[in-house]
Amino acid sequence: MPNVSFEHINKSYGNLAVLDGLNLDVEDSDFLVLLGPSGCGKTTLLNLLAGLVEVTSGRIMIGDRDVTELDPKDRGLAMVFQSYALYPTKTVRGNLRFGLAARKLDAAEIERRIAWASNLLQLDPLLGRKPAQLSGGQRQRVAIGRALVKHADVLLFDEPLSNLDAKLRTEMRLEIKKLHDELKPTIVYVTHDQIEAMTMATKIAVMNGGEIQQFGSPDEVYERPQNLFVAGFIGSPQMNLNPGVFSLSTGHPLAALRSGVQVDLSGYAFGHTPQEGEEIIVGFRPEHFSAPNGTVAEPAATFDLTVKIIERTGSDTILSLAYEDRLLAVRTEPDRASALHPGDTVSVAYPKNKLNVFAAGSGLRL
Amino acid sequence: MSDPLAVRPAIRLNAGTQEKPVLFPRRKSRINGRSVAVLVFLAMAAAFYCVPLYVLVVTSFKTMEQIRQGAIFALPTEWTWEPWNFAWNEACSGITCEGLKVGFWNSVKILIPSLIASISLSAVTGYALALWNVRWAGTFLFILFMAAFVPFQIIMFPLIQLTVHMGIYGSLWAVAFIHTVMTMPIVTLIFRNYYKDIPDELIKAAMIDSGSFWRIFGEIILPMSANILIVVLIMQITHIWNDYLIGVTFGGPGGQPMTVNLANLVTVSTGTVSYNANMAAALLTAIPPLVIYFVLGKFFVQGISAGAIKG
Ligand SMILES: Nc1ncnc2c1ncn2[C@@H]1O[C@H](COP(=O)(O)OP(=O)(O)OP(=O)(O)O)[C@@H](O)[C@H]1O
Ligand SMILES: [Mg+2]
Repeated sequence: MPNVSFEHINKSYGNLAVLDGLNLDVEDSDFLVLLGPSGCGKTTLLNLLAGLVEVTSGRIMIGDRDVTELDPKDRGLAMVFQSYALYPTKTVRGNLRFGLAARKLDAAEIERRIAWASNLLQLDPLLGRKPAQLSGGQRQRVAIGRALVKHADVLLFDEPLSNLDAKLRTEMRLEIKKLHDELKPTIVYVTHDQIEAMTMATKIAVMNGGEIQQFGSPDEVYERPQNLFVAGFIGSPQMNLNPGVFSLSTGHPLAALRSGVQVDLSGYAFGHTPQEGEEIIVGFRPEHFSAPNGTVAEPAATFDLTVKIIERTGSDTILSLAYEDRLLAVRTEPDRASALHPGDTVSVAYPKNKLNVFAAGSGLRL
Repeated sequence: MSDPLAVRPAIRLNAGTQEKPVLFPRRKSRINGRSVAVLVFLAMAAAFYCVPLYVLVVTSFKTMEQIRQGAIFALPTEWTWEPWNFAWNEACSGITCEGLKVGFWNSVKILIPSLIASISLSAVTGYALALWNVRWAGTFLFILFMAAFVPFQIIMFPLIQLTVHMGIYGSLWAVAFIHTVMTMPIVTLIFRNYYKDIPDELIKAAMIDSGSFWRIFGEIILPMSANILIVVLIMQITHIWNDYLIGVTFGGPGGQPMTVNLANLVTVSTGTVSYNANMAAALLTAIPPLVIYFVLGKFFVQGISAGAIKG
């Protein structure tokens, strides 16, 4: 399966630059998830790769072929559209067949592939129906089937699960993941859903404003966000980002937060060490805090705060604690939180090895 | 709060929706002053059309003796098909006396090639303009738009020159050719606007799957066009069948469509005026578009209720 690379891609619509000098390398059999806020250029990037939109400048490679100027049909890829885009006047079988017949495969091979896909996606009872006679989930399976029968090496998905209910979405997520494990195509997958991104991806690219903010494995992106945008974008509830000042005066690195809390940074591996007195931002993931009034092995800081809001989501409880003029989100076990009430004061500790530190000026990870 | 219906969620009409939900409960109809006024107006309008039609129909079945007695509203004392037979087979137009059937077959021979040519060319052009990257598409559309509103009289003489040079002037082919040329702009615009509403991603999918201009047209687009084809067909048949000016200008003596035939027949100056045959001839000329209306109109309704036209 080929790798895919975007080299210095610029794309503008009139004066509006949507992508500006974008570089991205997807390795073979990678499952790349594009994540980013609405309007950041994810669909544009997918359309560029598929050849449905022309680049303003730059080069797109699939394997060792330069496909920048090729027609969509010659790029050897298949795409699942957000709206499914099934051919309304064709049956399910006709939909699966259309892309194959155009490829001049012989009839026996076409039948074999349709049988394979319909078996894989359980389409057998649906083959004779028109798209209008299918449910949303069935249409989606047909759309995926239509992409799979082509045995394309590169599969593109544009928010394929966004129209489904939560249960079906979970099922389809597993199906797609399984398909990737079995067939190992190179996949580029656009989504707004972070759970989809974290569970399915082998690589995540976080985009904002037409630029790649970070590219890496889900764990890397989650554990070591490269800048404040990624830190704030990935994770729900959001990472707590608290400004402070860096200091070495006590002999070991620490951050004096504006609230007066001192954070021991000796467990943090600085990429490069900031100056004494430099403004920094310390990030705390809600789920790494200790239980309320509990402690952790090597605390970097301890906060004594008043509970403002308690939200139960089922598996977790999110405590919002009053911190300066904002709220500090802390995730905890529901039974630990059951005794708490808004107005109580709790103490939560944060471990040394789970810190994230960013320069306030550039927003980059230190 | 205002009307509680106003806060109802918007009704989603997605691809699979086979029947449209009823948006609001229907009101009981009540007769009031306004509806009486409307009814009176409609009755007058209906009478305006129906009375002449009635006279036309009854006269066409009367004998000439009865017509000479006056009483145009009276029913025929003796029903006769003779005027119809005469109009169809024997009536004189100019120097030939072969009836309207000549004109009828001429009209059919004009209609078929001009329908095929205008609809197929316009559908393909509309498809290209709507869904493919065509250089200068905007300019082309603007020209089409302007062309659709150029009155025929203005370009009549150049077109005569053109058909003379082509060697078809004064034949059925000239009439068919001019009909095709004259109706293409508006029909192309109709197709183009219809195809423009096809979901973008559907075309993108077809581009990835096949990428062939003709294959996408034939296998995806054309099957989705049933509705618009019926509409255009009805429009074109009525328009071409009822045309007089193009037929009389370009047909010459051998290529006269039915309307021209009819006009010659009723204005013939020799002998007595056979009102009954003239009425029968007028009705004969009007029947084909009516038949088309009824036949295709049924398909039209079926096409809509089948639901699967657009996805
Ligand atoms: N055909 C177009 N003409 C002009 N601007 C466009 C066009 N297509 C997209 N854009 C602009 O390009 C930007 C990126 O669009 P794109 O569709 O790639 O966003 P996206 O990341 O897919 O967003 P979403 O998550 O909402 O789908 C947007 O600002 C959009 O307004
Ligand atoms: Mg998008």
